[in-house]
Amino acid sequence: MTVTTSRQQTPMNRYRLQAFLGRFAVHAVLTVVGLTCLIPLILVVSISLSDELRLAKEGYQLLPVGFTTFAYEYILQQPGQILRSYGVTAFVTAFGTIAGLLVCSLLAWPLARKDFRLRGPLSFYVFFTLLFNGGMVPFYILVTRYLGLKDNIFVLILPYMVTAWYVLIIRTSFAQLPTELLDAARIDGAGEWRIFFQIVVPLSKPVLATIGLFFVLRYWNDWFLALLFIDDSSMYPLQYLLYVLMANINFMASNPQTTGMPIPTLSARMAMAVLAFGPALFSFLLLQKYFVRGITIGGLKG
Amino acid sequence: MINEKQLDRQTASPPSSSKSKQPASAPARILGRLFGNERELKTNLSLLSMSLPGVVLLFIFAYLPMLGIVIAFKDYRFNLGIFGSEWVGFQNFRFLFGTDAALRITRNTLLMNILFIGTITVCALVVAILMNEVYRSRMSKYYQTMLFFPYFISWVIVSYFVFAFLNGQTGLINQWIDALQIERIAWYRSPEYWPAILVLANLWNGIGFSSIIYLAGILGISPELYEAAKIDGAGKLQQIRHITLPMLYPMIIILTLLAIGRIFHADFGLFFFLPRDNPLLYSTTDVIDTFVYRSLVELGEISMAAAAGFYQSFVGFLLVVGANWVVRRFNEDYALY
Repeated sequence: MTVTTSRQQTPMNRYRLQAFLGRFAVHAVLTVVGLTCLIPLILVVSISLSDELRLAKEGYQLLPVGFTTFAYEYILQQPGQILRSYGVTAFVTAFGTIAGLLVCSLLAWPLARKDFRLRGPLSFYVFFTLLFNGGMVPFYILVTRYLGLKDNIFVLILPYMVTAWYVLIIRTSFAQLPTELLDAARIDGAGEWRIFFQIVVPLSKPVLATIGLFFVLRYWNDWFLALLFIDDSSMYPLQYLLYVLMANINFMASNPQTTGMPIPTLSARMAMAVLAFGPALFSFLLLQKYFVRGITIGGLKG
Repeated sequence: MINEKQLDRQTASPPSSSKSKQPASAPARILGRLFGNERELKTNLSLLSMSLPGVVLLFIFAYLPMLGIVIAFKDYRFNLGIFGSEWVGFQNFRFLFGTDAALRITRNTLLMNILFIGTITVCALVVAILMNEVYRSRMSKYYQTMLFFPYFISWVIVSYFVFAFLNGQTGLINQWIDALQIERIAWYRSPEYWPAILVLANLWNGIGFSSIIYLAGILGISPELYEAAKIDGAGKLQQIRHITLPMLYPMIIILTLLAIGRIFHADFGLFFFLPRDNPLLYSTTDVIDTFVYRSLVELGEISMAAAAGFYQSFVGFLLVVGANWVVRRFNEDYALY
């Protein structure tokens, strides 16, 4: 744009042009940043769809080399360990989320009630766990030696069931329920348990959905508890199986079902990763807005 | 007007009303005095019973380990247990701080967390400001999705991503380096690159989350301020500099202080899976959490692990309390407690 043309324009037009260029630049930057975030995902999916021999020769590329779904076929033909791990993760996630939601909201409700005499001490009891924790060593010794939960499926569930942060978020939401409804129910003779299940829970679906999603994610993505407490490969959750596969390439080969076949380690490994994050990513795309809402409630005022 | 108590009596179910007419036993009388009346007592007991499962679980998995930190002062023997093992005072700590490891893990934990806080805060702010400019566009939803999804991918899987980029023979970066005809880099044997790699991975993972929080903050700023600025002839950049950023300062400072409160705790998965627990990389990637894990599970040096764990819990606690104290002086609404 030369000086003369810009002088000919009215100030309003120039402002509009600037605003347009500004917005264009913002869109361009965000698109580039967003696509950059996608690169790792594209790379791993591409590798999983690549031809094993060409991968070994040409290395990993951003687009599949010699497109094939062999790695997936290979994994799905020998589903033993993977199916098993999927099952473990699915059970842990389902059970943990439901039980965790129940226990957390049952704990949050008294904390939201102004007429509960132990509200103060109990709030502190929950809150203090956010400030201080004993760390890994006492936790490890407690679970292995005193609770005897090593190689027990419930060790993957119980430690995460009550999370102070979730309790506090649910409490904040419960405290905002209209008291008139609760009073009316009380006048009709409903007990506390009945009020909780028939009024409080149905009215709090949004916050429970958000926290439920956080639970799902936490259990689905967990490897920590398995790393500490699970040695028996029939109880490996998905994420831990992936860690074992990464740490020990021969794990799949040592699986008796897979002997006698050439193992596409390079592509199959990445195909495993895709199979593990696929469902999580898919549910994220469906439920993103609940997560965003959860973060804005939880992040700003716990 | 009929008051609530009368209504209660009228509508209460027959069995409970007949019970309430019976003379109360001695403990019930004491409780009754504490709680006002029997109805209130019943309510409180119901509420208490609701909280019970959560209270018990917290006691087992949060409070018992807190008591267990005393093993840092004991010579822990598995067969003797926590109570049977011998007290040794500060011997474990003398042992821990006598090694090079103590300095290394403290330095790495602090430095990496400082880098994380700085990069995430600056980048998330930039992204949030940009997102706000195009908030009403249809595209903004897609930007948010692309930036936010990494948050939902576990570190184990991120380690696969990183491996796909960095592994010596087939990794993407080394293919690119080949194309430029310069010498390949053995990433998994070169500790000097890892701070940058970990910063990038952490940024990729966390930028969506943090930018959503800052975006919520920006959306909460009164539009009138911007209107006034526009009338005074302020451009976009001036608006950002003189309105958006100053209005976000409290939030930035508070989130940063809370992050500083957690500065002694490293993200175990990030530091454990991405460098693949590789001893060649410990000089820059070993942090307190990975050190505790390795000492405990892989090396079986429980006393060492316990001492390092206590060191982390104790200093971490002081930092949280200190950070919160500062936040409270700054703005009580934002304090953790």
